[in-house]
Amino acid sequence: MFKAKNIAAVALLAAVYTAIKILRLTGIFGSYHEITIAQICINMLLACSLNLITGFAGQFSLGHAGFMSIGAYACALIIIRFPSVYGFMLGLIAGSLASAVVGLAIGIPTLRLSGDYLAIATLGMAEIIKVVFFNLKITNGAAGLMNIPRLMNWEWMFCLTAGSVALINNFINSRHGRACMSIREDEIASQSVGIDIALYKIAAFAIGAFFAGISGGMYAAYFYVLKPGIFGLLKSIDILVIVVLGGLGSISGSIIGAALLTLISALLQDFASLRMIIYALMLIAIMMFRPQGLLGTNEISFALFTRALKRESAK
Amino acid sequence: MRMFLQQVVNGLSVGSIYALIALGYTMVYGIIKLINFAHGDVYMLGAYIGYFATVYLPLSFFPALLLSMVSCALLGAIIERVAYRPLRQSPKIAVLITAIGVSLLLEYTMMYFVGAGVRSYKALLPTDTYNVGGVIFGFQQIAIIITAIALMAVLQFIVLKTKMGKAMRAVSIDADAAQLMGISVDRTISFAFMLGSALAGAAGVLVGIYYSSINPLMGTMPGLKAFIAAVFGGIGSIPGAMVGGLAIGILETFVAGYGSSMYRDAAVFFFLIVILLAMPGGLMGMKRTEKV
Repeated sequence: MFKAKNIAAVALLAAVYTAIKILRLTGIFGSYHEITIAQICINMLLACSLNLITGFAGQFSLGHAGFMSIGAYACALIIIRFPSVYGFMLGLIAGSLASAVVGLAIGIPTLRLSGDYLAIATLGMAEIIKVVFFNLKITNGAAGLMNIPRLMNWEWMFCLTAGSVALINNFINSRHGRACMSIREDEIASQSVGIDIALYKIAAFAIGAFFAGISGGMYAAYFYVLKPGIFGLLKSIDILVIVVLGGLGSISGSIIGAALLTLISALLQDFASLRMIIYALMLIAIMMFRPQGLLGTNEISFALFTRALKRESAK
Repeated sequence: MRMFLQQVVNGLSVGSIYALIALGYTMVYGIIKLINFAHGDVYMLGAYIGYFATVYLPLSFFPALLLSMVSCALLGAIIERVAYRPLRQSPKIAVLITAIGVSLLLEYTMMYFVGAGVRSYKALLPTDTYNVGGVIFGFQQIAIIITAIALMAVLQFIVLKTKMGKAMRAVSIDADAAQLMGISVDRTISFAFMLGSALAGAAGVLVGIYYSSINPLMGTMPGLKAFIAAVFGGIGSIPGAMVGGLAIGILETFVAGYGSSMYRDAAVFFFLIVILLAMPGGLMGMKRTEKV
């Protein structure tokens, strides 16, 4: 538990946290920057959870926004009734569990699908979820939920995101995570060495959906307003693009990708009409020149740095 | 009964438009195993080309349809050449994301130039209606169905009777073997994109006439539904795509007519999931066995 790399990771997190805190207190970061930080946190968690499903377990999903929307609506409905920290905790738990249950419900019937068919099926599921939210009375249909109490600040977001990503990372580095990765590499081979591929595929979906639900809850408790239209296909594509840009099968890639793409999209906010065009061109360019993403399946680790340092000092 | 028949007539007109789009998906997927997400946007561009041709050039129905088909065919070939061909050897997910990128690029470039607002087609065909035993047929509906059937017949002729069609079928069965037999795979793929895009362009003009309103994001939903139609018919099968398109159109109008139009899209996606689970090969798809 007290391995050097864990201590280093905590130290890095603390350093980033302190840096943002100082910038925020000195007023260099205004509320506009805070919103960007919140968006980065939400996108990081979404990207890491999708990476678990698509990058590590190899199950192509185009419906991640659907899971997010379930977490968001469940959390919002609860905190509107109980606007307190306990209400928020309850909402977050209820939202993420509801999302995980839907993840199970999607994972089981789609077990025998793979590749493009799975992508289209998950896309269809997300669209169905969106239509349901459009039509339910309790979610106020197309107008959406307004005046959701703001129970989140960036400090909460930071801690929740860091904790969740750490959990995802631990899952991936556990024996269960390795089982997921072996399914990605070769289903038949992993089956022949005794891995229960059905179990791990469903588990990947449920766990990914669980964390997407948490990010949805964070979204609901920060941005006041929920509309079904936010969670459309475009949002799912956004998340997938972050994962692919960072590298399928790389958690640090997803973190860097989320920060990078959210910043780019915040910078392009002033050129709204050109923003999507630039985004689309960027997407095509990345796929042509670096289809494996920024990091591929590699992780940025401290071992990497120490190795590089040793090589330097040996010269 | 009267309402039932009326829904069938309406469903067939929408369905024949879906069928035209689905043909492009099924041909491209049959050959290079790519869900061409940009296909729905080629259809949108077809609608706009038809709009500009009839408003500014003023062309009548047939010349506008032809112009739209030819321009979309060129566009399809260009998209294939520029965006997909360099990625022929890349992992599947990279090509799929490129397709999504091309789709977004077409949508938002179009929005940049023509604005996000809705534009209305002028009436290109007579708007007469005929009442047969209580069921109302619009002249436009009949024209749409006949045009679609004629185009499908032409396509069927090209695929089954011409040399290029034979090459397409060969490449879709085994690209490497086809290449060894002296078929230019790249040219064949280009040709499939051109054929598919031309049909999508025609569908765009037809939908413009039918609903008389078009916008830059109109291609996304019909694109997805047409893909579902292709899956239902059995991907890679041309008659399957036609039947699938008509089936999806009828399903959609029935849900809207008897249930609620709000659940129209959800019903189609639900249908997709049922098909994928119950008969993943589709109605007329080839059965493939997995080798270990």
